[in-house]
Amino acid sequence: MSDRAYNYAFLDEGSKKEIRRATLKAAAIPGYQVPFASREMPIGRGWGTGGLQLTLSLLGQGDCLKVIDQGHDDSVNAVSIKRLVTACSDIETTEDSELASLIQSRHRVPEVPLREDQILVFQVPEPEPLRRVEPQEQQTKRLHAEKDYSSIWLRLYEDIVKWGEITIGADYPSLVNDRYIFNPSPIPRYDVAKLHNAEGLYLFGAGREKKIYAIPPYTKVEPLQFDDYPFEVERFDGLCCSACGSQNAFLDEIFDEETGTKIYRCSDTNYCAKVQERGGYSDGIGTNV
Amino acid sequence: MGYVAVTGGRQAIEEADQLIKWYRLKDMQALLNPEEINNQMRLLVDRVMGEGGLYSPEYAALALKQAEGDPAEAAFLLRAYRSTLPRRHYSVTVEPSNMRVIRRISSSFKDIPGGQLLGPTYDYTHRLLNFNMRHEEQAVEEFLRDYQLQLKEESNSNTDVHLRKVVDLLREENLVPNKQVDEEEPFDVTREKLIFPSSRSGRLQILSRGETGVMTALAYSSMRGYGAIHPTIGELRVGYTDVLIPYPFGDEDDEIYIGEMMLTEVESINGFEKNEQGNPEFTLGYGLTTGQNEVKAIAMAILESSLETEGSSPTQDEEFVLLHVDSVESNGFVSHLKLPHYITFQSKLDRIRQAKKENRNEVRPKQTQ
Repeated sequence: MSDRAYNYAFLDEGSKKEIRRATLKAAAIPGYQVPFASREMPIGRGWGTGGLQLTLSLLGQGDCLKVIDQGHDDSVNAVSIKRLVTACSDIETTEDSELASLIQSRHRVPEVPLREDQILVFQVPEPEPLRRVEPQEQQTKRLHAEKDYSSIWLRLYEDIVKWGEITIGADYPSLVNDRYIFNPSPIPRYDVAKLHNAEGLYLFGAGREKKIYAIPPYTKVEPLQFDDYPFEVERFDGLCCSACGSQNAFLDEIFDEETGTKIYRCSDTNYCAKVQERGGYSDGIGTNV
Repeated sequence: MGYVAVTGGRQAIEEADQLIKWYRLKDMQALLNPEEINNQMRLLVDRVMGEGGLYSPEYAALALKQAEGDPAEAAFLLRAYRSTLPRRHYSVTVEPSNMRVIRRISSSFKDIPGGQLLGPTYDYTHRLLNFNMRHEEQAVEEFLRDYQLQLKEESNSNTDVHLRKVVDLLREENLVPNKQVDEEEPFDVTREKLIFPSSRSGRLQILSRGETGVMTALAYSSMRGYGAIHPTIGELRVGYTDVLIPYPFGDEDDEIYIGEMMLTEVESINGFEKNEQGNPEFTLGYGLTTGQNEVKAIAMAILESSLETEGSSPTQDEEFVLLHVDSVESNGFVSHLKLPHYITFQSKLDRIRQAKKENRNEVRPKQTQ
């Protein structure tokens, strides 16, 4: 990595301790944002330092790491993060979500459900769901403590009045364990259901904002909705992946230069590759809404 | 299959690494020696040390070379380097009043003990681009030789200058609060997330590591009308201060000198307020930066006193100021927009298409009437 010897997985032991303690607290209070003394990392703030700190403090010998961005293993930022981690540890990496013990992801949940022995680490740009309606941390902290969520409900109501529907796209605010409203990170609405009552552990790291939070296994996660305006996921009606034929996966919309048309491909490139290997669309792998 | 999914992220990064190296070196005439950056661009080095939160002119110069002169990238390099360094010692509180001064001015008083020492400053230079500096080898040789002779002639007197603080004079007249030294351990923002309302020590630390440009702009806004603070400078001093650590094998008071650092310190005098006894007292502001970075030190003094006042202007909002002055955080987040946002955008596309459908449904009934 350089002339100087770095500790295993870059972070010094004190930093790892700090992060692990915050993580334990987060797992104990689902959806609650635990403040932590986020360290500066060799990658930019806003580029995944929170996820990276979680990954580096969790990794140990025997672990196997997958890193994705927008569902792709080969996206430049995912590659960059993977390179950094492998440069400062002897960790094995994989593109197969079923082989990984630890998955660091920017803004997608893999299509294959997480197992009990797996951890998914999310990179979080804005941990505070109420930031949409209140700029001050001092205020939002109090609102969470008092479980005063009227402001965000009002925001959803105003959307309906103005647009006829709730217009929040990704990073859809949801209620955890009947207590805290949280930001699931900018995953599509399509992925929110995967967090509910899952087998694996979901950890959320916001490095710049200095917060860690968690959805432990078998936790209730409910996207905010009204009885008469239910939660809607992104629709791909009548569309399928042009490579593997999947109709039950989140699709990237792509402009094909050659044909001059819009085509669709699985966002989860590893899932797509597996389906293709199996010779076409398979019903049994992904869980979907 | 027509469209093939884009791969090659790894190769792209490797190529990019080569390309930046190429751009840095392809037109070079002489390889930059980081020591010369330290020697001949000290003001940039000073600025980067402050924003990086690490006093090391040598490493700051190296970072500037590596970053092709980008101060934000250089500060980032320093921060990332210091981030996991072990903490072996905590120094004894550094005392700027004992500073070996090279420059000291006061805007509040014309005559001060020790006088106004202009020192090395660009303040009164005429900003005329000097084309002679393109080929100044001979002129430099002559200048250095002559000036060094001049210094030798003057060196009989003790050249170390130590000066009393101007504010101490005001303190003697009870025009400035006579505060007890606060022995409380300062808040360390690198070891604990800053919470609001913040402590003064936390605020000062954030500001001392703040980006020069944003702090200058915010301080300017306070002076121009979007705020309460337009002070006079009680004192601005630049010089070298000793850094001492407690001697572990001696008595409580034993200390070891480990070096000196150059600091710029500003004590500003704002308006006056009634103190607890109902007597009017000046309120002060404080700024401190690494090396010679005067505008930031002044801006810091303005901002920290502004944050002690109540009001609706941006510089009186501590979250607004303290959360947006950090160069690594602000540059990082603004730049992160360059990352793929395909999913969030796809999600938004879905919502706007739905909203368009809703709009058409609403419009249609009216049209059939």
